[in-house]
Amino acid sequence: MSLITTPNLRDPDAAYAALLATHKGLSEAEAHALNARLVLILMNHLGDGPEFAEALKLAREAAAA
Amino acid sequence: MPYDYRPFPYVAPPGLTAPEPRHKVVIVGAGPIGLALAIDLAQYGVASVVLDDNNVVSVGSRAICWSKRSLEILDRLGVGQRCVEKGVIWKVGRTLHREDEVWTFDLQPDPGHKMPAFVNLQQYYVEEYLVARALELSPLIDLRWKNKVMAVEVGGHAALTVETPDGTYRLEAEHVVACEGARSAVRGMLGLDFDGELFEERFLIADIEMTGDFPSERRFWFEPPFHAGQSALLHKQPDNIYRIDLQLGWDADPETEKTPERVIPRIEKAVGHKDFRLDWVSVYTFQCRRLAKFVHGPVMFCGDSAHVVSPFGARGGNGGLQDVDALGWRLAVVAKGADAGILQAYDRERQHGADENLLNSSRTTRFMSPAPGAERLFRDAVLALAGKAAFARPLVNSGRLSRPCVYPLAGPDDPALPVGARPGAVAPDAPLDNGWLIDRLGREVVVLAIGQLAPKVAGVKTVDLPVTPELQARYLGGAAQAVYLIRPDQIVAARWVTASPGAVNKAADDIWRGA
Ligand SMILES: Cc1cc2nc3c(=O)[nH]c(=O)nc-3n(C[C@H](O)[C@H](O)[C@H](O)COP(=O)(O)OP(=O)(O)OC[C@H]3O[C@@H](n4cnc5c(N)ncnc54)[C@H](O)[C@@H]3O)c2cc1C
Repeated sequence: MSLITTPNLRDPDAAYAALLATHKGLSEAEAHALNARLVLILMNHLGDGPEFAEALKLAREAAAA
Repeated sequence: MPYDYRPFPYVAPPGLTAPEPRHKVVIVGAGPIGLALAIDLAQYGVASVVLDDNNVVSVGSRAICWSKRSLEILDRLGVGQRCVEKGVIWKVGRTLHREDEVWTFDLQPDPGHKMPAFVNLQQYYVEEYLVARALELSPLIDLRWKNKVMAVEVGGHAALTVETPDGTYRLEAEHVVACEGARSAVRGMLGLDFDGELFEERFLIADIEMTGDFPSERRFWFEPPFHAGQSALLHKQPDNIYRIDLQLGWDADPETEKTPERVIPRIEKAVGHKDFRLDWVSVYTFQCRRLAKFVHGPVMFCGDSAHVVSPFGARGGNGGLQDVDALGWRLAVVAKGADAGILQAYDRERQHGADENLLNSSRTTRFMSPAPGAERLFRDAVLALAGKAAFARPLVNSGRLSRPCVYPLAGPDDPALPVGARPGAVAPDAPLDNGWLIDRLGREVVVLAIGQLAPKVAGVKTVDLPVTPELQARYLGGAAQAVYLIRPDQIVAARWVTASPGAVNKAADDIWRGA
C-alpha cells in the first residue's frame, strides 16, 4: 500500500473545520505544540512503513513549490 | 566511605640507562581499556609495556554502568566476579517528567545468564581490579607509572619519546596501541582528524555519599521540579555513593558551576535533604566524534582515543571494552608473526560498533538537549503525550543502554536458526549442568555442536552439548540440532543445521584471514 494522496475524506469541509476548532483560543506557540502532538499521534497510527517516508517527502516538497 | 586513592609506585625504566630492545607491543594509557588489552594479550602469552602519565586510578566515578557484555569480557580477563560482587546490580530504569513517571524499563527479563544485565561500579574500582590482575601477569605485563608519551615517530615500526620524573627515554615497538583517552596525545601527534559533533550542552557530574533509601534503579528526570527546565539522572553505586548528573545548559560557566556553593544547593534540591557529603564534582561537555580509521600502520587506537560519545547510554567504557575484545586475539596472533592484515578486520568491525554507539548517543543527546525550534517542539510533545498514551513512551530517550553491536559478517548462515545467535552476534550465554556456556567459549576458535557431535577439524576445539530448553531457544529455534563456529571473542562466525568438516574448516580459515 502506498500513501493515499487522492481525496479520502467523507466530508472535507467538516474535517477541516474540526482541525481549526481544535486550535481555537490557542496562542501561536500553543497551536504549534498541539500540532506537534497531533503529528506524533498520527505518525503512530500510520506506522513507520513506506507511507510515512512518502508523507514526510510530500510535506517537505510542498513548501518548496 | 571515600575511596582511598593509593598511588602506584614509579620505578625508573631500564630505557633511561641503556637502549631497550624493540618491544612487540607498547600500550599508551593505563585506563580501563589499556589495562584490559594488556591482560587480554598476556593471557594469549604476548608481552606488553603499558605506559601511563599518572600513578593513580580514575579520579571520580566516571564510567559507572558496566553492561552484561562488559562483565563477560572482564570475566574472561579474570576480574568479572570481583566487579559483580562489589557492584550494585540494577535492572529497573525509571523515567520521570516533572512529577510523573512516564516510562519504566526492566532489563533482562530473560534468566539463565551468568552475568546480570548491568552493574554499577565506579571506574576506579574496575581499574583497581585490572591493575591487580595485570600485576599477577607480570613480567608479561610491564606497567610503568609516571611515563608520559611526548612524541611518536612512525615507520615500519614506531618509536616513542617517553618522559619520566628522571628524564626522557626512547622506546621502540612493533605495535603501539593508543589507549590514552579522549585527549589522546598520539592522535594529535599523528595529525589525525577527530570528526563529529560537539553538542552545546554541559552536565554537572557529582558523586555524593549518603545513606538514603533510594532503590537500586536508574532514575532519569526531564524537567524535574528540583531543577527547572533541565534534566537529571540519579544512579546508586557501591559504598553508599550516588552519582547525580545535572544538565546545566550551554550558557553555564563550568568553573563557577563546580564550586561547592553552587553544587550543594542543587543536590539538596535533587535528593530532598542536606544529609550528604560531596565526594567528587566534574563538568562534562558532550561530544560525539570518532577517528576515520583506528589502524594507522603500526599504531592502533582503542577506547576513548578512537571515539567519544555522550555518557547517557553508558557507551564509553562499554564500547571501549568491546574494542579490546575485537583487537586482543588478533593483535596476539600478529605479535606472534601472523600477517598484520587481520587487524583491518578490527578496524572495520569497531568502526561499525563506534557508528552504532555514536548514532544512539547523538539521538539521546538531541532528545535531552533539543535545539530551539522543531526539535524542542517535538521533544516536549513526546513528553506531554508519554504520560497519557503508551505509544509515546518508547519515543522518550534518556539513553539507550549499551548493547554489543552485531557485526555484518558474511559467514555461512542458516535462516532456520534463531536470529539472536546469527553470525556477527555475541554467542548467547546459557546455563549448563556444570556451569555456564560462556565459560566454555572464547580465547580460541570453538566448534559448538548442539544435539549432534561436532565435525572434527584439525586445530579447532569442539564442544558437544545435549539439547536443553535454553539451548533450544537461543541456538536451535525450530531445528533439532546445529553447529556453530565461534571466534576467540565469543562472536558467532558461522552456523549450520548440519555441517561438513570442510565447511567448518573453510569458515575457521576465514576467521584468521580477517574475512
Ligand atoms: C567526567 C567524566 C565522566 C564520565 N562519565 C561516564 C559515564 O557515566 N559512563 C560512561 O560509560 N563513560 C563515562 N565517561 C567516559 C569514560 O570514563 C571513558 O569512556 C573511559 O574512561 C575510557 O577509557 P580509556 O581507557 O579509553 O581512557 P581513560 O580512562 O581516559 O584512560 C586514559 C589513560 O591514559 C593516560 N594518559 C593520557 N595521556 C597520556 C600520555 N601522553 N602518556 C601516557 N599516558 C597517558 C591517562 O592518565 C589515563 O590513565 C566519563 C568521562 C569523564 C571524563
